[in-house]
Amino acid sequence: MDYNTGAPIYLQVINELKKKMVKGELKPGEKMPSGRDLAVEYKVNQNTAARIYREMELKGYCFTRRGIGTFVSEEENMFQDLKKEMASELLANFMHEMSGLGYRKDDIIDQIADYKEDGENDA
Amino acid sequence: MMLECRELTKWFGSKAAVADLTLDLERGKIYGLLGENGSGKTTWMKMVAGLTKPGRGEILYEGHPIDWHDKAKIAYMATEPFFYDFMRVGDVGEYYEAFFPDFDREKYGKTTRSMGLSSEMKVRNLSSGMSAKLKLAATLSRQAELYLLDEPLNGIDYKAREEIISLILEEAGEDNTFVISTHLLEEVESFIEYAVFIKDGHLADKVNLESERMKTGRSLTELYTDIL
Repeated sequence: MDYNTGAPIYLQVINELKKKMVKGELKPGEKMPSGRDLAVEYKVNQNTAARIYREMELKGYCFTRRGIGTFVSEEENMFQDLKKEMASELLANFMHEMSGLGYRKDDIIDQIADYKEDGENDA
Repeated sequence: MMLECRELTKWFGSKAAVADLTLDLERGKIYGLLGENGSGKTTWMKMVAGLTKPGRGEILYEGHPIDWHDKAKIAYMATEPFFYDFMRVGDVGEYYEAFFPDFDREKYGKTTRSMGLSSEMKVRNLSSGMSAKLKLAATLSRQAELYLLDEPLNGIDYKAREEIISLILEEAGEDNTFVISTHLLEEVESFIEYAVFIKDGHLADKVNLESERMKTGRSLTELYTDIL
């Protein structure tokens, strides 16, 4: 994983895991990697790995069964909420940047309606 | 505190390679030992490992002056290759087993095999990446408490570096401590907990990287430039 070296690593890994949950790569109730495997996979130390799971548990994204491991939450609602939450975060950033360029909301909506994804123009 | 160095000093002739170095290391952490060539990193490691005597100052292990008993719990890996050319990978295991009571032969066999080293391979014929992996496998097969790795990522390609980092992260835990010296800041940035900056033989700064990223957003490269 490519990190933004100026931002806390644990937050970046949490964000990556949240994306995996939203995309269905981590399913409700699925067992998550052990702290050690998480550390190796994301190139972090054990303390960071432990912190990642601690923070995610606090937010209700996962839960730990002592001696067994950490599991993805089984609450279907949580996944919906997570998707909405991540989308509104992205949107808030986008709106912030666009208004920084001087666009008003109406202009932005028009722009989005006219927006063609990469490749559409070539077709 | 696992290790405490108090005003550690070592002279080579009239030049102090390590000068009044005061540094504490906690158990369960990974430290990056950073500094220019000749700043005293290797000399410090050798003093802690008991391979060279401090001229002045003291080293405490778990609160008491370090003795031979503690030194047996410290695994030092030198930069330069330290196996004999005529040896095979399997012989290195035997050699280590004879030297270190805490050497786990089974683990050595497993680790070397997982990295594509068979016991029949001759040390002489290994590529620099393979050689680096062999050195690390031998060092990590000791059940030490403190691992001092001098430039484990030097002179090897990207893939071998990634394998070496994975091996370190598999071994690092709450019961042991790693000190890794390197110039490859980007390679170690995500997993080093504390960056220890050494300049002219003394401690220039010790920084918790995650707190630093939280507070100032500075990357390790920026810190390095600012501090050294």
